[in-house]
Amino acid sequence: MKKNITILITGVVLSFCFIILYKGLNNPNTYVPKTSIKKDIPIFNAVDFFSRKTVSSDEIFKDNTYYIVNIWASWCVPCRVEHPLLMQLNENHSVKLIGLNYRDSFNNAKKFIDEFGNPYSRILIDKDGTLGVEFGAFGVPETFLIDRNKKIIKKFIGPIDQEAVNKIKLMIK
Amino acid sequence: MLANQIGYYSLILGLLFSFLLCTIAIQDFNKVNKKLNANIIILTFLQLTFVIVSFFSLILSFINSDFSNETVFNNSHTTKPLFYKISGTWGNHEGSLLLWLLVLTLFIFLFLLKSNSQPKKYRILTLLFQQIIIIGFFLFVLTTSNPFNYLFPIPKEGLGLNPILQDPALAIHPPILYLGYVGASIIFSASLAAVAQNYISKEWAQHIKKWVLISWIFLSLGIMLGSIWAYYELGWGGFWFWDPVENVSLMPWLSLTALLHCIAVLERRATLTSWVVVLSITTFTLSMCGTFLVRSGLLNSVHTFANDPARGIFILIFLFVLIILSLGIFFIFHKDNNGNQNNFFWLSRETSILINNWFMMYFLSVVLIGTVYPIFLDVISSEKISVGPPFYHKLIAPFLIPFLLFMALGPRLKWIKSKIEKKYSIFIIFIISIILTFFIIKNLTTNILFYTLLLSAAFFLFFTTLKELLTKKLNNSSQTIAHFGFSLLILSILFNGILSSEVITNMKIGEKFKFGKEEIFFKKIEERRESNFNSIVAFFEIKDLEGNVVELEPEIRVYNQPLMVTSEADIKTTLLEDKFIVMNLVKGNEYFNVRYQSKPFMVWIWISVFLLGLGGTIGLFKTRT
Amino acid sequence: MKIFRIFIILLLITNFSELKSDEKSDILKNKILKNIRCLICQGQSVYDSESEFASSIKLIVDKKINEGAKEDSIYSFLIEKYGDWIVYEPQLNKNTYILWLLPLLLFLLGGAIIVKKIQKKNE
Repeated sequence: MKKNITILITGVVLSFCFIILYKGLNNPNTYVPKTSIKKDIPIFNAVDFFSRKTVSSDEIFKDNTYYIVNIWASWCVPCRVEHPLLMQLNENHSVKLIGLNYRDSFNNAKKFIDEFGNPYSRILIDKDGTLGVEFGAFGVPETFLIDRNKKIIKKFIGPIDQEAVNKIKLMIK
Repeated sequence: MLANQIGYYSLILGLLFSFLLCTIAIQDFNKVNKKLNANIIILTFLQLTFVIVSFFSLILSFINSDFSNETVFNNSHTTKPLFYKISGTWGNHEGSLLLWLLVLTLFIFLFLLKSNSQPKKYRILTLLFQQIIIIGFFLFVLTTSNPFNYLFPIPKEGLGLNPILQDPALAIHPPILYLGYVGASIIFSASLAAVAQNYISKEWAQHIKKWVLISWIFLSLGIMLGSIWAYYELGWGGFWFWDPVENVSLMPWLSLTALLHCIAVLERRATLTSWVVVLSITTFTLSMCGTFLVRSGLLNSVHTFANDPARGIFILIFLFVLIILSLGIFFIFHKDNNGNQNNFFWLSRETSILINNWFMMYFLSVVLIGTVYPIFLDVISSEKISVGPPFYHKLIAPFLIPFLLFMALGPRLKWIKSKIEKKYSIFIIFIISIILTFFIIKNLTTNILFYTLLLSAAFFLFFTTLKELLTKKLNNSSQTIAHFGFSLLILSILFNGILSSEVITNMKIGEKFKFGKEEIFFKKIEERRESNFNSIVAFFEIKDLEGNVVELEPEIRVYNQPLMVTSEADIKTTLLEDKFIVMNLVKGNEYFNVRYQSKPFMVWIWISVFLLGLGGTIGLFKTRT
Repeated sequence: MKIFRIFIILLLITNFSELKSDEKSDILKNKILKNIRCLICQGQSVYDSESEFASSIKLIVDKKINEGAKEDSIYSFLIEKYGDWIVYEPQLNKNTYILWLLPLLLFLLGGAIIVKKIQKKNE
């Protein structure tokens, strides 16, 4: 009797482990933070790219509109790829783009914008990457969509593509 | 080209010999003859030979840089030094599986050779179980990981071996580790055979103990070599990171250590039979489980093999087939002989060994749960967590205190029944340990109570075993040396952890940096060229208060195949401490990022593992009277 | 007597242990950085990593410590940004009760089995 119970328990535990490990095989083993959690926008002060004045997050996001925060750098190759899409998004009037210039030199960044166009209504300087951390970013490029209630509602890690742009357009309608 | 063909067909022949061996063995099983059919040993030898041929033809392909072989193409390069061409053979998934097969077949051959005095049916069954494992691995190699895949058109150059694998300790780490890790297979097969034959007895214990010791010694040394590699090559100055791949080798070690102690009980008392079998099965299952976790790419670790889902599924199914097979045999055949002689008196050597097993199983459960829990959580709830060093330290370190105390007292107890002896010497040693510890860590700021307890327990074991080594005639030297080695290991790890100091700073050439009582001087850099890399060698001088100067020369290497930048630490070892320096390039800057560490008693960690191995080796050669 | 002699020798070498207490905040900082996992090189801690992400995190931790933040609040800040994965020491919550408690339960169970075995056999 006791033996049967032991066998039964072992059997159940083994099948459980097998199923979990089998399913686990399909999971990716590198970690990427979750991309769709509602979060408040962080509170911070940052330096404006052109005016060199310190502005607060309240001031930056003061309008009753959708915002897109895009982290970019002139040295980042994928940023060039997504740049035309950002320009395209900028034509949409229900959204404002905020650029976060990540670990870059002013001159290079300026050159980049002069060459490819400036989709941002405002650019902030993130000299040491700490501003990116406030947003929960860990590299460039990353893009955040902020709704009218000042919540981050969507996050794109890596360069955005046409599909992402369509998704954003759908969400801000 | 030719070597490729030979290697491949040898593998197929080896597999065919498995089937042939099984057929002959089953026929021989029911015959009345007392002796084992002599052909069996010859066939086993031939099978081993085929695997060796296959293994050597792969080595040959590596030496000749034969890039018509896909494995060679992926893992080698013409400019690599010969030594690393050879070690590259087992530095990859396919080649390391050939090493698996080699150890599997080698151990069954040696087992048959050395077990003449054992019952015939038991030997045949051991062979059969081992052949099941061998067949599984042959199929695995041939279907999912063929090391002899042919490439056409033949590439001119190979992709090269990952530079961090080009290290002498890592070159010999896999063979040594596998002798222990895969060697556990023979314990698995033999214990299943013994269960099926109802042969779990004192005689069996005496005979299997040697195999347990062999696996244990190699596994201990293999783990240490891996750890030495991490210390020298990764450039973080640590030797154990609780990385999943490290944990996976530690788990069979813990289980094997428990088994080693249990066998000693079985050898004398013919008791704990079920437990010994369970441990034998567990050890090899953990080895297999580790292989599954590492090779399937399920774990996120520093050292991952290139992975392929088909491999993962194959090993997973094979692993569960082995588990079900072994448990089936255990439940059907095992009879727990509840004889009267099984009394356990609370104060006896047996009880102390039970306690050892209790702690070993606890440590094992911590490591096992810590390693696989993130996988389970991810599958069940999609939540991702990390389980790292602090988790293991918190759950393991406090339990070391009673463990060390039991370890000091246990071996003093007699078998069957012991009395409390009024020995003042033990008491004195205990007091000395506490006072000594107190003086050592009185300057420490945090956790004084905890460290006092842990260190005094370690010192207590250290002194009791040392006293035994110095005073007693060496009738149980293997155990005493191993325990002494263990106390030294814990002590050096603790002192290393408490007294290490380190600094990370940016330095330009010609700069000086004051760190505690020492001054770091960045003298100059020099460029060098080797066949497989270019390097920048930096010259540092470390000067202490008395004006003693130590020179250190860390390197930054730019390997050409594959193109990769690595930092080579320079380490000056003395008996009292290691000085460790490593530097990194900082993108777009003229300064270097310099990391300097002084690590006391580092070398004693390696010495103490050697002592563990020495203790085991003495046990292997000592015949019990 | 031998032991006594060793004891003296060991006492002499205890001069090693003079620790600098002025580097307390550095020790705390290193401890925290070693407990944070780098998202770029996922096998390493932020402390060991040279990546840009790691250097930003180092700055943030430095800043927070100077502002007088507690160890735990720094962890919860980072967890809020990046998820539980970022710390090597899993926090005790509904996801990790089993992780932390199962080994301890098994330890108690093992102890119970041993006690039972000894008692039963002694009857």
